[in-house]
Amino acid sequence: MSAISDVLPADQPPILNMKGGNKPTSAVGRRQERLAWIMLFPSLLVVAVVALYPLFETFRLSLTNTRLASAREPRYVGLENYTDLLTDPLWWSSFQHTVQFTVISVLIETVLGMIIALVINSNFKGRGLVRAAILVPWAIPTVVSATMWQWMYHDVFGVVNDMAVNRLHILPDKVAWIANPSTALWSIIAVDVWKTTPFMALLLLAGLQVIPGDVYEASTVDGANRWQQFWQITLPLVAPALLVALIFRTLDAFRVFDVIFVMKGYATETMSVAVMARQTLIDKARLGEGSAIAAAIFVCISVLVVIYTRLIKIEEA
Amino acid sequence: MSETKKTLVNAMNGKASRRSVLKAAAAVGVAAPFAAGMLQGGIQSAAAGEDGLAALDLSGLNLSKDYDGQEISVILGADGPAVAWEEALVAKFTEATGIKVNVVRGPESATERLAQYQQLLGAQATDVDAMMIDVIWPGILAPHALDLTAAMDANGQYFERIVANNTVDGTLVGIPWYTDAGLLYWRSDLVEKYGLGQPETWADLEAAAKTIMEGERAENPDFQGFVWQGAAYEGLTCDALEWQVSNGGGHIIEPDGTVSINNPSAIDAFNRAKSWVGTISPEGVTTYKEEDARGVWQDGNAAFMRNWPYAWSLAQADDSVIKGKVGVGLLPKGDGPDAQNAATLGGWQMMASKYSEHPEAAIEFCRFLTSEPVQRAHAIDWSRLPTIEALYDDAAVLEAQPFFGELKPVFLGGAVPRPSTVSADLYNDVSTAYFTAVNEIITGQADAAERVAALETELKDIMAEL
Repeated sequence: MSAISDVLPADQPPILNMKGGNKPTSAVGRRQERLAWIMLFPSLLVVAVVALYPLFETFRLSLTNTRLASAREPRYVGLENYTDLLTDPLWWSSFQHTVQFTVISVLIETVLGMIIALVINSNFKGRGLVRAAILVPWAIPTVVSATMWQWMYHDVFGVVNDMAVNRLHILPDKVAWIANPSTALWSIIAVDVWKTTPFMALLLLAGLQVIPGDVYEASTVDGANRWQQFWQITLPLVAPALLVALIFRTLDAFRVFDVIFVMKGYATETMSVAVMARQTLIDKARLGEGSAIAAAIFVCISVLVVIYTRLIKIEEA
Repeated sequence: MSETKKTLVNAMNGKASRRSVLKAAAAVGVAAPFAAGMLQGGIQSAAAGEDGLAALDLSGLNLSKDYDGQEISVILGADGPAVAWEEALVAKFTEATGIKVNVVRGPESATERLAQYQQLLGAQATDVDAMMIDVIWPGILAPHALDLTAAMDANGQYFERIVANNTVDGTLVGIPWYTDAGLLYWRSDLVEKYGLGQPETWADLEAAAKTIMEGERAENPDFQGFVWQGAAYEGLTCDALEWQVSNGGGHIIEPDGTVSINNPSAIDAFNRAKSWVGTISPEGVTTYKEEDARGVWQDGNAAFMRNWPYAWSLAQADDSVIKGKVGVGLLPKGDGPDAQNAATLGGWQMMASKYSEHPEAAIEFCRFLTSEPVQRAHAIDWSRLPTIEALYDDAAVLEAQPFFGELKPVFLGGAVPRPSTVSADLYNDVSTAYFTAVNEIITGQADAAERVAALETELKDIMAEL
């Protein structure tokens, strides 16, 4: 509700207080409160229809054994879908792949994105062109880029093997990058890094650009070297932008579906929780179990959101 | 124009081999995959003929004119090269009956298509009157289907196995439209060059693939022995079922509901397939689907291939680099006492929706599309395998598709249905559990005997839910 109080004159008391502490007592205050609710109503309604209702529906379905287009009568099964899920080795292996994918890809993307942002934030000729060019991987739809990489990774005719074995001679034999279970997930992470680093770089660049130049001048006068400037000035000042970028990327990565689905389909060695949810919901037409997976993903995401918002609060304090 | 550019342009027009395109594309870097993506449509478009359609004679069908002016919507194949042909065919139906037909294009992926049907039928939508359904779906879609027995009987004699597959509790869910069976393709020129014959057993195939591969690699270091479908999807269920049945390893779940997967012959069959990966087959075969296998084989980079009949007319098309060098026949059998030739049954049926507002018109359309004259035209122009026995002795069909004669016994006795009727609406659970386990075995992530024992438990749990 801070958005509302932000736009009001500073001497007004906050009109909406969720904790219910400061009930407006004056007639004006009450009228304003009513007005605020009326104006909020359309957006609350939209949120309720497009977000809360489906979420509620997902939780409701997850307590049943409903199936898509089935003659079977749906039955309430309590928490059975959840207990089954938590004892399903496929869930845990999918969860592990998802965490692995998220942590590694976001980590590499952040480091590379920061380096790229620092480079394109400095002054050099053709900077505008480089800034635009760097966004190309991000602009390609994931389905297209995943198919493209699938061909480049092809074990017999792929460009990657051709380069590594025939031209650069860094590998003795061709590698089945996607087919081999020990390289598959890493190959997919590499594709995600290739695709998403530009996004990270762009967000960080925005953060870098608001740091005033005189701070650096002052520190140079004080005798700080580049390394000290980065750790003492750049990083603390870019931290809010970095946190926002991390939230976006972590939540996105945790729900990863397209790149894995295109490159590996339902192979268990790379299955993510979102791929598992789709297999259960669509292929097996098990709405009940599938909704339980979706709800579990929702819980994981919520935990991540809470952690990050705490971090932002600490940052702001 | 540079050589590279020329190849890529040819690729867009469907005139270049996949290999030459990938080579050219490698030279220009990132453009490669886009070029590769363009190939599929290009190669396929060459297959269409119209001789069969031109000779279509509907006079014997007695199509009813009672439903003149009614309008129905029918979901047929995905958008692709056959669209113009199908539209022309449908126009002939409208001309004969006065029934207006809106053809709706369904998704390419069978999984997506089933999900769409389930949503439509689950909502009891009247928007769609009839649709083509996969051979494994009658058990899933039976609650939403009209009984087509009378319509089918009016058309003649269909293969009994397929009719039995499509019959759920006495109701004929779909009339068989065209059928499919797993086949072995080979390069007849190479088999001859190395003095070999059509492989009778899997051991023969392994030896032949090895001989040809070792010989050909002197000139083409990327040459492969045998390509097939190993990705974790429905296609692997088809391939693996052939391996185990041909080895006397049972049918995963027998028609009486017994889970028979855990037997030594099936385990041996899976271990045999695992031994191909990285030897006679490329390591990447465990991610291949039909078109990946055909891409490698049709560009002249493999000796043998397991695929469906559609690959025949594409391999023999004018722009194919292996045109006239193609052999096709039954898949090999295993070595044990119960070994037999096996081909997984595939194919499509026409189903009429229970929620249709014009059920008679919908049924009439299903009857038309699956009738003998239409199947004859479909066979001649698109090498689609008929579901009517008599067409395998038909002179016009055999002239266009000489290998059809050899396939008749496959459908009379050999074609193996997947356990979809016995597992009814839980078939996708069964198939998913099965192809997941087999994929883990052939990629070396799991020991065959242990994994099959675990699979047996999974399948028993699923069947207990029925």
